[in-house]
Amino acid sequence: MNTSSHYDVAIIGAGMSGLAAGIRLAHFGKKVCIFERHNVTGGLNSFYSLGGRKYDVGLHAMTNFVRAGVKGTPLTKLLRQLRIERDEFALCEQKRSRVAFGPHGEASMTFTNDFTVFESEVARQFPAQIDGFRRLVALIRSYDDVSLGAVPESARAVLRRHLSDPLLEDMLFCPVMYYGSATEHDMEFGQFVIMFKALFLEGFARPLDGVRVILRVLLDKYRQAGGERRMRCGVQKIITRDSQASALVLDDGSEVTATHVISTIGAPETERLCARASQISNLKSEIPDADLKFQISNLKSHPAGALSYTETITVLDREPAALGWGDDTIVFFNDSEKFSYARSTTPVDVRSGVICIPNNFDYGADRHLPEGLFRCTCLANYEQWAHLPEGEYRAAKARWYADIQRSAQRFLPALPSPDALTHATVATDMFTPRTITKFTGRLGGAIYGSPHKIRDGRTSLNNLYLAGTDQGFLGIIGAMLSGISMANFHILQAGK
Amino acid sequence: MTKDETKQVVLEIIADIAPDEDISNLKSDVRLRDQMQLDSMDFLDIVMELRKRHNIEVPEADYIQLASLDSCAEYLTPKFTALGK
Repeated sequence: MNTSSHYDVAIIGAGMSGLAAGIRLAHFGKKVCIFERHNVTGGLNSFYSLGGRKYDVGLHAMTNFVRAGVKGTPLTKLLRQLRIERDEFALCEQKRSRVAFGPHGEASMTFTNDFTVFESEVARQFPAQIDGFRRLVALIRSYDDVSLGAVPESARAVLRRHLSDPLLEDMLFCPVMYYGSATEHDMEFGQFVIMFKALFLEGFARPLDGVRVILRVLLDKYRQAGGERRMRCGVQKIITRDSQASALVLDDGSEVTATHVISTIGAPETERLCARASQISNLKSEIPDADLKFQISNLKSHPAGALSYTETITVLDREPAALGWGDDTIVFFNDSEKFSYARSTTPVDVRSGVICIPNNFDYGADRHLPEGLFRCTCLANYEQWAHLPEGEYRAAKARWYADIQRSAQRFLPALPSPDALTHATVATDMFTPRTITKFTGRLGGAIYGSPHKIRDGRTSLNNLYLAGTDQGFLGIIGAMLSGISMANFHILQAGK
Repeated sequence: MTKDETKQVVLEIIADIAPDEDISNLKSDVRLRDQMQLDSMDFLDIVMELRKRHNIEVPEADYIQLASLDSCAEYLTPKFTALGK
């Protein structure tokens, strides 16, 4: 058995949070290695090539965008902590986005990276609610959302103390939930605050070349700081001893040890790695009590998320503007009287969703994406996708692709002719809950992880910490800040 | 090392960790936090950079000594001197 590799810190997962934690730790002289099972970085915000085209997966828009000079926001903190210059991300702002409700989007509120636009939309369409809305926004602005020890409270309950119109309430929840909530129907208020700020008070932007640009910057920083990474080499087991993660067994069967372990793969997913080790110990009748407790407490308190998603991607031979879709960057839609953010009872719930038109960012004169893109995301049911035989799986994808497209088009300007979209389409792709689990290891295709967040990142193993989605800072900036915070809090600040 | 040189060391670190701040007119006797947007993460970085670049250890209980440039100079200069700098 090879136990010669020892690291100060081993990080499981080369997504946004793992890379950010790695940069911090390597910069301050720690011997760090990131272990990633997939062959590309990015985790839940990654990319792939298909048929000679490059696709992004995950990222619609980077949230939390603020312009140069705005201080004290997550983006600014992130750039400082990782020693990244603003220009390196080459962010281009959205044109405008909307929340569109009703069978054909009759109630529609526009928002941009200038919050006064959204505020005036609320004032115009919900004049009786505007005072309450302003009080709510004041509360959100002053809320300490990065506190690691905040008391949980229902966001619906807080909103109802300020707003009495259920339509406005749902129109605020829809974007916030779709861009990060792991809980059905309601959210913890602190999580709502993080997302509200990220979407409305800050804003949307992306680099022309998408998530690859952000990942390239992170990888360069990590490499320059001296960090190691091993791709196509996941961790299959965490061996526990005396309430410590004492060794990691890699996919190739080799073993490494580390003083600290940061896991970014999710709370239940991490627990499973430990549980397997416990089961093995159990067979040898050597199971220490602490390991058993860890296993049991985590099974109870860290259920896998119930919410999964599907996304259709349509490649067009022209700019979406040529179809009359030149204005909207992101559209959050819902056709029903009540907005239902819950596990879908059908393979896909097409009643609500998110449209993203990546062409409609302001890339500057003469800079544009090589082709038109039209993406739609809807809630989906993992179980109903997971076990389909291959032929049925492909047929279900074709069927739901068409349904999602039909549903989403109701919330965009009418096409010049009914078959204009079909004529402009040169390629399509679709990911399902099954795809998510296959490439990210997330149980149940739950992109936003477990509904139970562990803000301080602690586990019952003394040297194992969680970062990323299940720690609870949301969005890609949130994910990176999560990695930074956990590296700071548990390792650097503690002087370990 | 003189107190002014110590201040210069601290300013160099701040310039690197917060390149978006204007540090040209900082007052020595006013808390850094009151003149710039510096949070606890940034102070941690000042401490970490002092260790990385100059081998100076600042225990957590002493972070408060880094409040202003003057207090930095008072607190850090003897540490530099002790290292023969």
